[in-house]
Amino acid sequence: MFDLVSFIPRAVVQSIPLLYGATGETLTEKSGNLNLGIPGIMYVGGISGVIGAFLYEQAAGGSLNPVLAVAIPTLACLLGSALMGLLYCFLTVTLRANQNVTGLAMTTFGVGFGNFFGGSLIKLTGSEVPSIALSATSGYFSASLPFAEDLGWFGKIFLSYGFLAYTAIALALISSYVLRHTRTGLHLRAVGENPATADAAGINIGRYKYVATVTGSMIAGLGGLYYVMDYACGVWSNDAFGDRGWLAIALVIFTTWRPNVGILSSMLFGGLYILYLFVPTGMNLSVKELYKMLPYVVTIVVLVISSMRNKRENQPPESLGLAYFREDR
Amino acid sequence: MSKQNNAPLIQISKRRELPWYGPIAIRAAAIVLALAACAVVTTAFTGENPLEIYHTMWTGAFGTPRKTWILFQNIAILLCVSLAVTPAFIMRFWNIGAEGQMLIGGLATAACMILLGDKLPNPVLIGIMLLAALAAGGLWGAIPAVCKARWNTNETLFTLMMNYVATQLVAFFVIVWEVPKGAGKIGIINQTTEAGWLPQIGSYKYLLNILIVAVLTAAMYVYLTRSKQGYEIAVVGQSQRTARYVGIKVGRVIVRTMILSGALCGLAGFLLVAGTDHTITTTIAGGRGFTAVMVSWLANFNPINMILTSFLLVFLERGAGEIATNFGLNHSFGDIITGIILFFIIGSEFFIRYQLRLRKNAGKEA
Repeated sequence: MFDLVSFIPRAVVQSIPLLYGATGETLTEKSGNLNLGIPGIMYVGGISGVIGAFLYEQAAGGSLNPVLAVAIPTLACLLGSALMGLLYCFLTVTLRANQNVTGLAMTTFGVGFGNFFGGSLIKLTGSEVPSIALSATSGYFSASLPFAEDLGWFGKIFLSYGFLAYTAIALALISSYVLRHTRTGLHLRAVGENPATADAAGINIGRYKYVATVTGSMIAGLGGLYYVMDYACGVWSNDAFGDRGWLAIALVIFTTWRPNVGILSSMLFGGLYILYLFVPTGMNLSVKELYKMLPYVVTIVVLVISSMRNKRENQPPESLGLAYFREDR
Repeated sequence: MSKQNNAPLIQISKRRELPWYGPIAIRAAAIVLALAACAVVTTAFTGENPLEIYHTMWTGAFGTPRKTWILFQNIAILLCVSLAVTPAFIMRFWNIGAEGQMLIGGLATAACMILLGDKLPNPVLIGIMLLAALAAGGLWGAIPAVCKARWNTNETLFTLMMNYVATQLVAFFVIVWEVPKGAGKIGIINQTTEAGWLPQIGSYKYLLNILIVAVLTAAMYVYLTRSKQGYEIAVVGQSQRTARYVGIKVGRVIVRTMILSGALCGLAGFLLVAGTDHTITTTIAGGRGFTAVMVSWLANFNPINMILTSFLLVFLERGAGEIATNFGLNHSFGDIITGIILFFIIGSEFFIRYQLRLRKNAGKEA
């Protein structure tokens, strides 16, 4: 029998990094920047948080202050991912470099950065296993409400997560609201659709692109932090984050650039991502590999169907992937 | 910008045509700066003399004949993938699915080797393997292309997703064909019979691969610059409207070019499986599909320049690997170095296309 009460929480914890990545990438893409560096940025966010937590745990010795133990890794994570976002903007907005190439280079760099410092920290701690454990810090990140345990299946499905999971949902709702119902969001969408027109209307194109992309990077970086501190219980091991960054980019298309839709779709993705663990296949292990294909196949199907229906509100921002140069008209 | 005071401090404008040495000088300067930056970073982590480090990189790439051959073999495969993605890029079709097209080509090759290994004479077998790899890669490229041509589906994400579908297919077949059962890998295929292995020229194991790719480079250059199809690709890339106006069937060009692109990626997979590794794993492409995007773009989509850019990237990777081993750093250090150098080169393109002028006090409108 399919155990829904244990399936849903696992799908949700899988979905949170994807949701962070997708919300960040949606903001970025709305400004016309296709940031393929998101997978790298999420690695950098994760490892920056780990470095922050590591230094703090070392400095504080045994007694951690709960507020600092959460604040320091979070700030480190935001700083690291913001720097990556700035680098991307400097190259693509100021220097008008090709966004695809810049993004791929950022991913190479970011994944390398994460694994390098992860590896170095592992060496510093001199541990036997190739991973670094920050269980004390992780305890603060993954703390759920004290009475959640008493509420049975309700508590398990809705209240068993750390605060970063709820932050992810809040951020997605806020982004959605900002994009659809505020003047800033209107301007941002204008920049992504048609920068020349937006420029003529007096909107500062460069500033909007910078702010949206850096904010987006910071949100995506939090996904990396959530993964290490909450999902993985504070254990950093190299390459563990895997291809979630690319899935987050796929999720943006899946949601047709709407962060609020992202909340449920990311959970669907998270479910598909772990479905193979719950499907009884008996001795035939190979079939599990085919189940792992599901999130990607579903994305492809959605991609094709949404392009076939060709509804105007489901299309990518018009100038996505193109650099803007005022004198180019 | 009508008032002088409001003119920006630095004005950016498109450059006129640079003399031929201009772009080369700017790129060289970028590489020198990048190497300097990498030296600072490396010294910060290792405390070693930067010159020592570059010497280590050099020995990592060319230290022994064996290392040199591996270097050239890696260049050949990367160059093959880069050549494969280039026609699509010239058409502004962002094929980042080279990784999956390679994998599926390699999978087709391996399937033929395993299933037909002892049943056919070797030349026939290799012929079938080659055709299977080309067909599989071509199919993997054609699926997104058909959707792009008919419904304008976003190709960047479609090809990206196709990578994972290919990876999982390989993972599935690796378990189906694993030797021994439960090992989770296939191991060397046909180790005793060497059925389906590409022949070795003299004592040089990788020479055949390198020769094939050299011929391919020349052929691709001619195809892109001298053939009617190459011209059509360029027109579609510049402006689809113009292409339609002059009577080019845009959809057909897109699908045809992507089949070519995918098939050549399949060829790279074939060379890897039949000519080099004689096995298949999910990581056999090793990120080359993504690196190829950068190789092709850095070379301005010119096949001859790609020899240089693929050399640069493989040299960096091998060299940085050697640094990591020698100085006890972990291997991801190579990715950091490669990333830094790429950022500098990507940034330098700006200075080739645009020029900066400081505002003059008496400034006239440009």
